[in-house]
Amino acid sequence: MRDVKGIIVGLLASVMLTAAVPARAETLRLLTWGDYAPEAVIKKFKDATGIDVEVTISNNEDMISKLRATGGAGFDLAQPSQDRILGPQTDFGIYKPMDLSKITAGLFIPELLDAAKKNTAIDGKVYGVAHLWGTSGLVVDRKKAPDIKSFLDLCKSEYKGRVSMRLKRPALLGMAFALGEDPFAAYGDKAKYQAIIDKAGAALAACKANVKAYWSGSDDLLNMIRSGEVVAAEAWDSTGFKLNAENPDINFVAPAAGALGWIDTFALPAKGKNDDAAYKWINFVMQPEIAAMIVDSAGSFSASKGSDQFVSPKLRAAFQQAFPPEVIAQIKWFPAVPAGLEEMEGKVLDKVAAGN
Amino acid sequence: MANDLECRALVKSYGAFTAVSGVSLAVPKGSFFSILGPSGCGKTSLMRMIAGFIEPTAGEILIGGRSMRGVPPNRRPANMVFQHLALFPMMNVADNIGYGLRRRGMAKAEIARRVGAVLERIDLADSGPKRIDQLSGGQKQRVAIARCMVLEPTVLLLDEPLGALDLKLREHMKVELKQLQHQFGTTFVYITHDQSEALVMSDQVAVMNAGRFEQVGTPEDLYYRPATPFVAGFVGDSHRWGARITAQAGSDLRVETSTGLALRASAVVPLAEGAASSVFVRPEAIEVRVADGRPDPAPALADVNVFAGRLESLLFNGANSRAMIRLARGDLIGAVLPQNLLGTRLGEGAAVEIRFAAAATLAFPAGGDALGGDAP
Amino acid sequence: MNAPLNPAASGASAPREEGAAARRLSFILVFAPFALWIALVILVPQLNLFFLSLREKVGPQVYVLGPRNYTELFGESVYVLTLVRTVVMSLLATFATLIIGFPIAYYIAKIARGRARTLLFMSCLLPFWVSELVRVFGWMLILRETGLLSRLLQGLGLVDGPVELLYNDVAVMVGLIYTSMLFMVVPLVSTLDSLDDALVEAGYDLGGNGLVVLWEIVIPHAKPGIVAGAIIVFMLNLGNYLTPTLLGGKNSQWFTAQIYSQFITRFNWESGSAFGFVLLVTSSLIVWLALRASGQTLSGTIGKG
Repeated sequence: MRDVKGIIVGLLASVMLTAAVPARAETLRLLTWGDYAPEAVIKKFKDATGIDVEVTISNNEDMISKLRATGGAGFDLAQPSQDRILGPQTDFGIYKPMDLSKITAGLFIPELLDAAKKNTAIDGKVYGVAHLWGTSGLVVDRKKAPDIKSFLDLCKSEYKGRVSMRLKRPALLGMAFALGEDPFAAYGDKAKYQAIIDKAGAALAACKANVKAYWSGSDDLLNMIRSGEVVAAEAWDSTGFKLNAENPDINFVAPAAGALGWIDTFALPAKGKNDDAAYKWINFVMQPEIAAMIVDSAGSFSASKGSDQFVSPKLRAAFQQAFPPEVIAQIKWFPAVPAGLEEMEGKVLDKVAAGN
Repeated sequence: MANDLECRALVKSYGAFTAVSGVSLAVPKGSFFSILGPSGCGKTSLMRMIAGFIEPTAGEILIGGRSMRGVPPNRRPANMVFQHLALFPMMNVADNIGYGLRRRGMAKAEIARRVGAVLERIDLADSGPKRIDQLSGGQKQRVAIARCMVLEPTVLLLDEPLGALDLKLREHMKVELKQLQHQFGTTFVYITHDQSEALVMSDQVAVMNAGRFEQVGTPEDLYYRPATPFVAGFVGDSHRWGARITAQAGSDLRVETSTGLALRASAVVPLAEGAASSVFVRPEAIEVRVADGRPDPAPALADVNVFAGRLESLLFNGANSRAMIRLARGDLIGAVLPQNLLGTRLGEGAAVEIRFAAAATLAFPAGGDALGGDAP
Repeated sequence: MNAPLNPAASGASAPREEGAAARRLSFILVFAPFALWIALVILVPQLNLFFLSLREKVGPQVYVLGPRNYTELFGESVYVLTLVRTVVMSLLATFATLIIGFPIAYYIAKIARGRARTLLFMSCLLPFWVSELVRVFGWMLILRETGLLSRLLQGLGLVDGPVELLYNDVAVMVGLIYTSMLFMVVPLVSTLDSLDDALVEAGYDLGGNGLVVLWEIVIPHAKPGIVAGAIIVFMLNLGNYLTPTLLGGKNSQWFTAQIYSQFITRFNWESGSAFGFVLLVTSSLIVWLALRASGQTLSGTIGKG
């Protein structure tokens, strides 16, 4: 028996040793979107601070699932959209409040910083600071489909089988706005909200015959548009800019009712182990030159003040074409989603997906 | 035409290899015909051509007087009992027997009646609902035959069906098969490598070797009047010598064996002086006497071979007991031990004398004899 | 136990019991890792899921025990229809796999010899050397509007414009059949291998034609393999996520996609667990019915397959 005990102790010790070795060289475990942490930026960060960055590519839903599964452990920094913090935090408690004193506020565009702070605050504590922002709207091949200006135009019979969408909440809410509703204003009134999304869901279902296929990852969509199989789609602006660089006919088009604006944030997982490194990363990547590198890589815009000067001219041109000042003014920013709404939306979307 | 089965100059080749080369045979109605040969002699190919599983390269098969060219196996009036019986394990006994009748679209009641009748004939009246694996070896055998007989085929082909049985049951089934054949009156064509099966059951036996028939005849013909050295060696036991003809007068020969014995023999086919020859003598044709120095009551005739030797060993096997006798020249010859010597305590090493008639000493041209043809 | 029947041996019973105890101990020791594995990998997560599925959410981080997750599933026709659709499509795909796989298996087991046999078997195995994702993408490249098949049809002048062959139920079927073919062919080959050729010949010899021999002899013999293959393939189809999601059209909802969306998109683990459990029960029920109908037992088929 003593031998067995010895072996177990030995095993445990060796396991702990191997586990401890990488912890000695400091690491930051980052849960983020694709292209948000380019290799070059990670290298610069390592040179500046000596901290290794371990990136896990994810999306909003996956981030929440991952953090929920561990109760907020396993990562030191996450990057959920600002509107996706309040609900999950209320339900699952997966984040911890940010210490704003550790963040160099001067690096941020004040409006965006404030907007994110406001939207991610629970009981006076702030859970997220802004990083990148972008919009959801239409990507259109303007040569093949010159008249698509709104979500409803995707449903025109001449584009039957030539359009695509992602069957998620931006499509549902975009359709609601196109129908003249204001779902954001109804966030507090579940009955009214239900009526609005039912209506939008019905419109999406009616439009289904036009849809060639619902896309799920941006690579699907890129393929369908590049091959010409799809001429217009509900999509992110970054996809539009990427395609614009390849084919000037294609670009992002903000829908007439306004593009839906989102802000991706930095948030600290509840059981993160290296908050210092997380704050260091935030302050590092918000420097204008670094922020511009990320913008070039992600195709989204940064909350970093002055970063636009360092962005590549091509991307800047595409952006200016898609977003004249009046369009920016019209952007509908996603407010924080109250708990429970996503379930209602989910059911409506399920029905659209299953129905004929 | 009284022949149920006729083959005319059948040939089957696989590339350069000829399995069956020019076999012709005619089997009269209601007879039991065996094809006997060692494995690889082509008998299986021959049977599979008759059954229709393989097409002959050349030649013709007639069953009941009708040419079988282009007729698939399921349309031939010949059925086959397979080596391992091939009873269908997914069906019970009655369904096995009724399988062929169902194929003929017979009414259910009629099938049941016929299956019942045939089950009764093979003494398995109550076994209809049994599974195949509940039957004994002998019962399976009978079901396999009944499954074919219920279709009233012109010819029943049997592919060594007794091979899988143990010795005792095999002996029993030989008799039973013969009885069944009598009972049904169907023409049986039986292939086997076991000479005793062929000899016991058959009206006619064809001995096959290397794709050809060596001899076709009654069991007695094959045993007593083998036409070729292969038949002489393959059917029954024989002692064989390689020999040279030293003198010839008609079919009477004098030969000298490779071991140096001078023998009198009879030629089966004309043989010239000086020709190389194979000489066969059966153990039961050899008479053994104790050489006690007393004068022989029946002195050796001119056409009898007489040799002195020593008893080397006695192989007791009841009526088939053998005396192994070593001749002065070194030959070891087996002879059937006479009953009068069985009782006496003839010691090993005792001086004996053997004699065998020239008429029982058959000489063939050399070569072409069967494997294992030598006497033990 | 039989000591009273055999008094002479009773003296030896003590050491014998000791031996039995040692055997029992060694059995336990040998069996323990397996039992542990079953318990930890299969039983515990399933139980956990089951309890999760019975939790009703009444407010943020507040739950009570209840069947609401199930009543909601069955109350919503969308989910029930998706389940039925998934089951029907899985059954159809299983049947199609059997129809296509049977001749292949028969050829491999009974007709092909030596190298050809190995080669054929390997070609069934080959798709499994790449990940399912790559396999499905392969089909997407072939079936899409600007893909291989569409171009070929246009090149041959059979169609005027590009045709979309992707994003429909047929594409899903093709993908499912392709993905699960091996699991049908392997058990079929192994049962057909054991079919004595003489049985087939006897079937012909006694008057049967090809169809009769197939129906009365080959298929009954291969039944354990057919059932084993069908069960495996059905389960694989039912539980497949990638193929229906990527190849399926806008109407081709698969039940696993619902489970995924409940767990991952909605973070509704309670409802997702209920969905998962319903799928488990449904598939178990169908397998049980199939076994009953075919007169097979699970051990008899999977054991043989």
